[in-house]
Amino acid sequence: MLELTRITAGYDRRDPVVRDVSLHVGAGEAVGLLGPSGCGKSTLAKVAALLHRPDAGTMTLDGTVIRGWRHRAPREQRTAVGVVFQQPRLSADPRLSLRELIAQPLRSTGRRRDVPERVAELARSVGLSDELLDRRPHAVSDGQLQRACLARALVLRPRLLICDEMTAMLDASTTAALVAVVERYRAASGAALLAVGHDRVLLERWCDRTVRWDERETEKGPAGPVTAGGGLRPPAAPR
Amino acid sequence: MTDARENTAVPVLDVQNLSVRFRMRGGRDIAAVTDARFSVAPGECLALVGESGCGKSVLASALLGLLPANARTTGSALLGGDTDLLTIGERALARTVRGRRIGLVPQSPAAHLTPVRTVRAQLEESLRELTRARGSELPKAAVAAAARASFPEGHLDRYPHELSGGLAQRAATALALIGDAPLLLADEPTTGLDRDLVERTVDELRRHTDEGRALLIITHDLAAAERIADRVAVMYAGRIVEIADAEAFFGGPGPRHPYAKGLLDALPEREFTPIPGMPPELGALPEGCAFADRCAYADARCTGERPAFTAGLACHHPPTGRASSPSKESADA
Ligand code: SF4
Repeated sequence: MLELTRITAGYDRRDPVVRDVSLHVGAGEAVGLLGPSGCGKSTLAKVAALLHRPDAGTMTLDGTVIRGWRHRAPREQRTAVGVVFQQPRLSADPRLSLRELIAQPLRSTGRRRDVPERVAELARSVGLSDELLDRRPHAVSDGQLQRACLARALVLRPRLLICDEMTAMLDASTTAALVAVVERYRAASGAALLAVGHDRVLLERWCDRTVRWDERETEKGPAGPVTAGGGLRPPAAPR
Repeated sequence: MTDARENTAVPVLDVQNLSVRFRMRGGRDIAAVTDARFSVAPGECLALVGESGCGKSVLASALLGLLPANARTTGSALLGGDTDLLTIGERALARTVRGRRIGLVPQSPAAHLTPVRTVRAQLEESLRELTRARGSELPKAAVAAAARASFPEGHLDRYPHELSGGLAQRAATALALIGDAPLLLADEPTTGLDRDLVERTVDELRRHTDEGRALLIITHDLAAAERIADRVAVMYAGRIVEIADAEAFFGGPGPRHPYAKGLLDALPEREFTPIPGMPPELGALPEGCAFADRCAYADARCTGERPAFTAGLACHHPPTGRASSPSKESADA
C-alpha cells in the first residue's frame, strides 16, 4: 500500500529531521510507528500523508510512484490518503462549522451531490449530533473537534489513513472511541493504517505490528518490510 | 472525611463546596465546577482526573485566582487552615500565595518559561523575588535550585527553546520549587510527553511530595495518576463523583463509580472499550445524575434525582461486581 524508501526530509536540507528512513505498510495492514516526541516521526507522517515533500528517497502509493511534487503531491494520490493530527485546534479552520469542516474535502473534489448524506453518515459513526455539527471549533471540546477531524479524514474514503498522535490530548474513553471508529472503517473498507505515536501500550493494542523509530533509523538500504523488534529497548533520546 | 490520613494532619489545602459559574452572554450560566469537596495533606498526592472540559482545570484556576472576569466562585478553599484562596483577592494572591505558598508546575513548560532569557537568569530572578538570596549568593542558589529538580547544571545557560521537553519540564519544576511552597499544583504536567518522560516527571514530583509537600495533580493521564497518587478524585461534568484510595481504585477492588469504572476499562491495557456517548454540556446539565444517559446502571431514580456525594461517592446504584478489569499486577509486571 505504502512504501517509503530511503526518505530524507526536513525543513533545512543541511540538517534533515528524517534521514534515510524506509517504511512499509502492506495492503489492509495497521502499522504503528513508535517514537519519542521530537524524533522526526511526525515529519515522516507528513511525507507519508503527501503533505511534505521529501528531499530524497522514493515513495510508492498503491504501486504508483509519487511524482510531480511541487509543494504538494498530485491531487489524485493525495485524496487516497486521509490524515488526522494531534492538535485539532491547529489543524481545523476556526471559521468553519464542524459540518463544513467534514464536508470540505468532498466539495473541493467536486463531489457536491454526496455531501449531506456522506456527512450525516460520518457524523453518526463518530458520534456527533446534528446540533454539534452546526457549531464552530471554539464551541466544542477537544474530543468533539477531534471526532470531526477524523470524520473529515474519512470523508473521501481513503485507502490509507494516517493518524499522527491522534489521541495524545484525549482521555481514555475518547481514545478508545476514536480507535473503534478507525477500526470499523478499516473493517468495512480494507484501508491500511499508519498510526504514529509515543504510547507503546496503545499502539501495540491497536496495530498489527509496531515499528520503533530508533530501529527505523538504523535500517539502511533498499526497501523491505521492517518487522517489529522486541519493543523493550528504551527509545533513542530526542535529538 | 473517610480517610484517616485527613484527620491526622491539618490539611495543606481544604476545599469545601467549591462552585464556579461562568456568566455567558444572554445571561446563561455555565456550571463549570459544582460543590467540589476535598483536601490534601502534607506529604500526600491527590490526583484529580477526568476528561478535558470536566472542570478540573477551572478548579485549578479558581485555587490560583486565575479565573476570567465573568466567573463567580462560592464555597471555600483554605490554604494552611487560615487563608481562603477564594476571598483574599488578587493582590494578596500575587504577593503572598502564588510561588510562595503554592508552587505551580505548568502544563506546557516551554510556554511558561520566558523565551528570551536563559534558565539561569529565570532561576536567579525567582530567587531574588521569593527568597533572601542576594548578590553573590544568587549563582550558587540557582545551581542548587536547578539540582533540586534534577536540572543539569551544564544546561543552565540555555534558552527554553534549546531544551528538550523533559528538561523544559524540569526547569519549570525548579522554578515552582523555589518558593518552597507547602502546596504544589501540577496542571497536566505530562501532556505530550513520552511514556518514560511521563514516568520520570511524576517520579520527580513524587519525590518532592515525599519531602513533605502536598501535591494536587490535575491530569487526564490515568497511568500517571496511578504511578504518583495516594488518592484519586474523579471529576465528571463539573462534579467530583468519586474520591478513593489510589491503590484500591487502580487495583483489585477497582473504582466504585460507573463513570470511573468506564474510564479505566477504556484503557488499552484493559478492555479498550469506550464509554458510549459524550459528556453533557456544562450549560445544560440534566436534573438527575449527569452520567445517566451513558450509564448501564441508570434507572428512573438516576434521571430524576441527583445523587449526593457521601462517603467518597456520588451514585445511587454503585455496581458491586467490581473486579471485571484485569488485575493491575499484569500491567505492572
Ligand atoms: S447515579 Fe445512576 S446513572 Fe448516575 S452513575 Fe450512579 S447508577 Fe449511573
